[in-house]
Amino acid sequence: MDPLQQAKEPFRFHTRLNLTELTGLRASVLPQLLKLIKKVPGACIYHHTHRFLEQHQYLSPEPPNDFAYWVSEVIGEAALAEQLASIDTVQFSTIRSLRDRIALTIEDYLAKNPLASLRFAGSGEEFHFVKSVSFIVPTGYIASTLEEFADILEKITIDSIYFHVFEARLRLEHPTNDFSYWIENALGCGELADKLAQLDPYAYTMEELRKRIISIVRSGYAKTC
Amino acid sequence: MPKLADYISVVTQPVIDDLRLLADKLRGKVIRNINSTAVGGGVAEILNRMVPFLQELGIDAHWDVIKGGERFFAVTKKIHNALHGATERITDDDLEVFIRTSKDNMAEMDLSGDIIFVHDPQPIALIEKKESNKWVWRCHVDVSEPQRNIWDFLMQYIPRYNAAVFSAPSFSRPLPVRQFLISPSIDPLSDKNRDLPDDMVRTVFDKYGVPLDKPVITQISRFDRLKDPVGVIDVYKRVKKYNDCRLVLAGGTASDDPEGLQVLEEVREAAGKDRDIHILLMPQNDLDVNALQRGSTVILQKSLREGFGLTISEALWKAKPVVASHVGGIPLQIKNKYSGLLCRSVDGAAFAVKQLLNNPGYARKLGENGREHIRNNFLLTRHLKDYLLLFLSLFHSEDVVYL
Repeated sequence: MDPLQQAKEPFRFHTRLNLTELTGLRASVLPQLLKLIKKVPGACIYHHTHRFLEQHQYLSPEPPNDFAYWVSEVIGEAALAEQLASIDTVQFSTIRSLRDRIALTIEDYLAKNPLASLRFAGSGEEFHFVKSVSFIVPTGYIASTLEEFADILEKITIDSIYFHVFEARLRLEHPTNDFSYWIENALGCGELADKLAQLDPYAYTMEELRKRIISIVRSGYAKTC
Repeated sequence: MPKLADYISVVTQPVIDDLRLLADKLRGKVIRNINSTAVGGGVAEILNRMVPFLQELGIDAHWDVIKGGERFFAVTKKIHNALHGATERITDDDLEVFIRTSKDNMAEMDLSGDIIFVHDPQPIALIEKKESNKWVWRCHVDVSEPQRNIWDFLMQYIPRYNAAVFSAPSFSRPLPVRQFLISPSIDPLSDKNRDLPDDMVRTVFDKYGVPLDKPVITQISRFDRLKDPVGVIDVYKRVKKYNDCRLVLAGGTASDDPEGLQVLEEVREAAGKDRDIHILLMPQNDLDVNALQRGSTVILQKSLREGFGLTISEALWKAKPVVASHVGGIPLQIKNKYSGLLCRSVDGAAFAVKQLLNNPGYARKLGENGREHIRNNFLLTRHLKDYLLLFLSLFHSEDVVYL
């Protein structure tokens, strides 16, 4: 498509900045962890399945979530940790369904391995439930064409990409990521939008994800929609 | 005094842009910080940087200090120790002094402003003067196992605040007010953390008589039992059997601290006549500490208890491989095997140090990961962003806030 084609509506980039709120809730054993996973606010589940990705964005693709890390490093149940780490987060469109899957994984494991319930965290190594409070702020960056869109993607913060790709879809329950939605509805390029929507964002480090999105967007210049 | 623009080369322009976006939402608000000292100590150090930055961002930020006599500060010192879990006998007379001094401050201080940000327990009772404005209590102390009666005493004040802030999740407990996690931070442009040329690093090692002819393991800490300096020597002795190396134990101790001098003696005795152990009793010298960290092969922090342990962030910022105890705020700074190695014993620490000395590629990778972890999470700009978000959160109760 013509990279200079004017969009019906411009894309306004937002950024998302998180403050961590403490709950005072903690777990020392797996049954306690399971009980709390079922009852804490969705913002807690979001935090513990995405914080590692954000804080260790430079490390590796597919980083574990906090539950997997604690089960592996503190409780020492490597098999359960692997099951928790390999939950395919991108498949879930709501926090509720992701929470159910995590809880079911632990429940099934405890049913098959009752002795795992007896393992406990030492003093100071308990799992502390915290939650993310997200502040969403419009930035000054606005794109009216695909070319402007790609140029802005080069310079906005990782927080902004993070918001439009991860948070908008899972936490705000938008039907797809915001980039795909705009490309399809404002630029009318369904094929390019699908290509972006099919990306598994959890399989990249954050900077690699930025590069990959830009590369997909720029590959759309040469194609007809 | 650096300006925010000076940090662009460290954290990139968009990070500074985000701070300006948030600050715009607080324009016109008066924020009054209150603590107990203008100089010395970590809180004053933070406020010395934070208040000018808030002002640079266009926020009407103030910083006031409470007044108190010798008796008042003796009581608050006891309260501080008791919150850290030490057994302290705090009498009714002590509490009476605390309450009376607080009332004197209430009468004298200007407590107007949109947000009153109270740091640590010393000024906590000022909350009695709260009107319709917002008040936040910022606890910089490790209160994971406080002396019960003192926590109960503080609990007559804490629920009257709009929010409380702690440095680590393990310090939090169920409270009737919102509580936030805000970790402390390091300043990448300060003398303790800025880049240094290699020849300056060598000069500092020469100055202290530490040859750089073999790997150097270093712990920077005051001579305090909770930092386990004798345990560090035990770690070194176990490593030394297999890897020729030097040990540097560098830190200060107040001349009026009899326990510090006693610990120093114990450390000297444990070191014996080993010429590869260098015990450096240093006055406060940030540049020298910086150079010692940069010239070391492995940084050790074998504390038995730690508030937050910012020496870890300092070492990781210099991309040094770190071995540290799993206590206090240290696990927030090190994810085991990703950005350093955590230990729980002398043997565990010795094993981890040997791993790093024998595998320089692995050690380098942990150090590089550590530096990125600090860049993303423990620099002053993140701390400033968290404070701005904290102030905004006082006007919004939702989990997702559109500004």
